[in-house]
Amino acid sequence: MSEISAEQVAHLANLARIALTEEEIAHLTTELGQIMQAVEQVSRVATPDVPPTSHPIPLQNVFRDDVVGDNVLTVEQALSGAPEHDGGRFVVSAILGEEQ
Amino acid sequence: MARVELMDFDRALELFEPVIGLEVHVELNTATKMFSPAPNPANDANHGAEPNTLVTPVCLGLPGSLPVVNGEAVRKSISLGLALGCEIAPSSRFARKNYFYPDLAKNYQISQYDEPIAFDGEVEVELENGRVFRVPIERAHMEEDAGKLTHVGGSTGRIQGAEYSLVDYNRAGVPLVEIVTRPVVGAEADAPALARAYVSTIRDIALSLGISEARMERGNLRCDANVSLRPRGQEQFGTRTETKNVNSFRSIERAVRYEIQRQAAILAAGGIITQETRHWHEDTGSTSPGRPKSDADDYRYFPEPDLLPVVPSAELIEELRAALPEAPAARRRRLKQEWGFSDDEFQIVANSGMLNELAATVAAGATPAAARKWWTGEIARLANAADRDASSLVSPTHVAELAQLVEAGTLTDRLARQVLEGVVAGEGSPQEIVDARGLAVVSDDGALVAAIDEALAAQPDVLAKIRDGKVQAAGAVIGAVMKAMQGKADAARVRELVLERANAE
Repeated sequence: MSEISAEQVAHLANLARIALTEEEIAHLTTELGQIMQAVEQVSRVATPDVPPTSHPIPLQNVFRDDVVGDNVLTVEQALSGAPEHDGGRFVVSAILGEEQ
Repeated sequence: MARVELMDFDRALELFEPVIGLEVHVELNTATKMFSPAPNPANDANHGAEPNTLVTPVCLGLPGSLPVVNGEAVRKSISLGLALGCEIAPSSRFARKNYFYPDLAKNYQISQYDEPIAFDGEVEVELENGRVFRVPIERAHMEEDAGKLTHVGGSTGRIQGAEYSLVDYNRAGVPLVEIVTRPVVGAEADAPALARAYVSTIRDIALSLGISEARMERGNLRCDANVSLRPRGQEQFGTRTETKNVNSFRSIERAVRYEIQRQAAILAAGGIITQETRHWHEDTGSTSPGRPKSDADDYRYFPEPDLLPVVPSAELIEELRAALPEAPAARRRRLKQEWGFSDDEFQIVANSGMLNELAATVAAGATPAAARKWWTGEIARLANAADRDASSLVSPTHVAELAQLVEAGTLTDRLARQVLEGVVAGEGSPQEIVDARGLAVVSDDGALVAAIDEALAAQPDVLAKIRDGKVQAAGAVIGAVMKAMQGKADAARVRELVLERANAE
């Protein structure tokens, strides 16, 4: 039986930058546990002769030509949805020490 | 910051064996980005564009926008994989690497995870000391670059105490190939030099394929260096650190050396190495700790649902394989033989990074010896003085023309150096400068003879000595003639004529 701990939920919330209260964590631990059990049932059905599916439509090699498109934005368009910008750049709160 | 102890490098190597692993990111120079038809800033034509002017909705992760793979980027990635001696995957997939950081607006990077386009390769790397290593390649995978953040605030901010970042998404979505080596053992004291030479070889390969501008100072080529130490006699690898932000060949070598010395001091004192990302600081020549290394699990990789598998045909792979240029190491061996250089002569050229310039100069008609003399001599000196790349000062065609003018006797070495300065100053081709400045050697014997007769008449004591057979006395007259001709005479010819005239009377 699949289990998910409250610690794991808190860790995932942190990775997803979602602030959760203790109550919310408890609630989600139960719900996610149920989802995991459902997934586990699917896993039991998926025997080795069933190939994993990452895409519902069996297509491959869909490429575009290396040509500049007509949907390149102007800097004004690019910034039009930004709450704040400065010198043509988006302003975001600093999240230091977490460069990827 | 706590004081960092470093162990003497030689002592560190007595106690520990260094193991290195290198991750090199190569930005491809396609016209457009990996998954969006936005102009690619890693292509020379778009370099230096204003912030957020090379973006489409895909680059900004706007709702409803969908990525489409750039076929040319796939072909260039396959070529690179083949040049690294890799197998090309019959089927490869993109994956989402999830992380929350504003350098990518969609909160994930499209990368490859368990099905990279290329794997299991090997690259031959020659060190400056001539030692040759085979560096095993684990994989090369395709992904997209992230945007560029500028941190403002704190000590440098305009608003006191406020901290924020400015984001430019021009670089978001630039096609990248990340090349990952297997752990490299056995380099021993050469480990820092090997790290440098390896990245330099990747640069040579990328340039010869024409797939990247490959300029480290622009970030077209970036290196993360993993270093670990294991005590002598131990089988298991030690804990590694990953040093980022190493942005020049010199810093790669220094950063690896520094980590070996730092880790050795900690281990010898009974401490343990923390598995972490460290940042290289060019100014202080040291590394500082960054974040603890995330688990791959924390990235929650999963197959990218917006993209389909890449299944290159055997025909395409063979077509790209057939078009591969000569491998850098093989090319070096061939050129060395063709040019007839000694080991030392060739090493000087190779280490100066001017192999391509030399080859182009020889191709343009100069002798290998002359090409070597100019590039590693006067041009290197001028480049050094101007703190510029030798290749940016003068073109191989002009150097070949200059060498040919010397060969033909139109210019002496001294005059040729003046002409070179003119070429560097942008005055035109060597021949144009010779014509414009009237710098050609005076080959008209009549003019030389007149100057010689005048000089001999002015120095009768010298004339007498020459007639007495003291040929070395002629130097004074030759000097006077060269001065009168403003250097525009062939000294050997002047000498011949001086002796002839002195004894003729």
